[in-house]
Amino acid sequence: MAQLKSSLKNMLISLTVIPLIAAAALGGVYQMTKEPIELAQKEKQNSAIKEVLKDKTAKIGKEVEITLDGKPFPYIIFPAQKDGKLVGAAIQTYTMDGYAGRIDVMVGVDAEGTISNYTILSSGETPGLGSKLADWFKTERNNQSINGKNPEKNKFSVKKDGGDFDAITASTISSRAFLGSIQSAFDAFKKYKEQK
Amino acid sequence: MSKYKLIFNGLIKENPVFVLLIGMCPTLGTTTSAGNGLGMGLSTAFVLICSNIAISAVKNFIPEKVRIPAFVVIIASFVTVVDLVMKAYVPSLYASLGLYIPLIVVNCLILARAEAYASKNNVISSMLDGVGMGLGFTFALTILGGVREILGSGSIFGLKFIGDNDGMLVFVLAPGAFIVLGYLIAIVNILKKKA
Repeated sequence: MAQLKSSLKNMLISLTVIPLIAAAALGGVYQMTKEPIELAQKEKQNSAIKEVLKDKTAKIGKEVEITLDGKPFPYIIFPAQKDGKLVGAAIQTYTMDGYAGRIDVMVGVDAEGTISNYTILSSGETPGLGSKLADWFKTERNNQSINGKNPEKNKFSVKKDGGDFDAITASTISSRAFLGSIQSAFDAFKKYKEQK
Repeated sequence: MSKYKLIFNGLIKENPVFVLLIGMCPTLGTTTSAGNGLGMGLSTAFVLICSNIAISAVKNFIPEKVRIPAFVVIIASFVTVVDLVMKAYVPSLYASLGLYIPLIVVNCLILARAEAYASKNNVISSMLDGVGMGLGFTFALTILGGVREILGSGSIFGLKFIGDNDGMLVFVLAPGAFIVLGYLIAIVNILKKKA
């Protein structure tokens, strides 16, 4: 069959029919993958919460969103309860100041706000430099680890800014942003406790 | 051209990265490790094969003057399918490649094969061309990612063989991509001259 002529009618028809078919196919795939995608995201969030909480047997309560003044998005607090008492929380926090913009972090604290662990949910930091965030601040070496530290007592900023922690070599901006996100998580947790 | 030759053509003789030098943006951007290169290569290959088949199948229904928008719609649909499926079933790979998947739409390799090959040949040859070019692209990206990972982070496919902080960082960053690609192209050219 010869190729269709480029008449107005033919062009209109083909540019209508092709996108229609494409849209229908995409709609189908979207429906099919909608559930697995939600599951995968939920799964990721749950395993992050499990990872950062100190008390693995605690029950995770309903999440609460906390907004702080001057911050664009809410922080999400997943309270961990045992026998009806608050034993800590996993806090989904973020910073917009990373070297490549937004970094999402899940951080675990006990009831006093002492940090137990953290994990990076998503970041676009430079591979090999800023991406070291994933382990740097939980490695027990010099003044790197934030685990067991409490923003009440320790200053959560890099040494260069007068804080208590060693920045990642050649990634001061990422380190600064990360520590800032932990500080905001702590502020949000404090506000959450006051509200209760 | 025989079927065997069609595949071989894309893999070595007209390798999209080392010889044709198309699709450079994802080539340089995603190959920070062998695994990332392989993932990006395979996703691109999948889109390329599908779009080549679809375009050669419907080429006679597309009037010449509107062929580019029609091709882009077809390619973009397959890319979105890859995006959704990857997000649903391999979230770990999506975490490192997700950013680049939408860029496959504008990867000139795919549009170039659609325009230069699939719109002029039958479905079977177009599919084989897609297989060859896709494998060639995957091959090149994996090699490039592998070299950068070995030099930059001292590991291969995530397996570390030297200690922490001993890699040459520049190879993980953008300048390293250009340097490694330049040397690889030079090596390919030497090998081609000898052959």
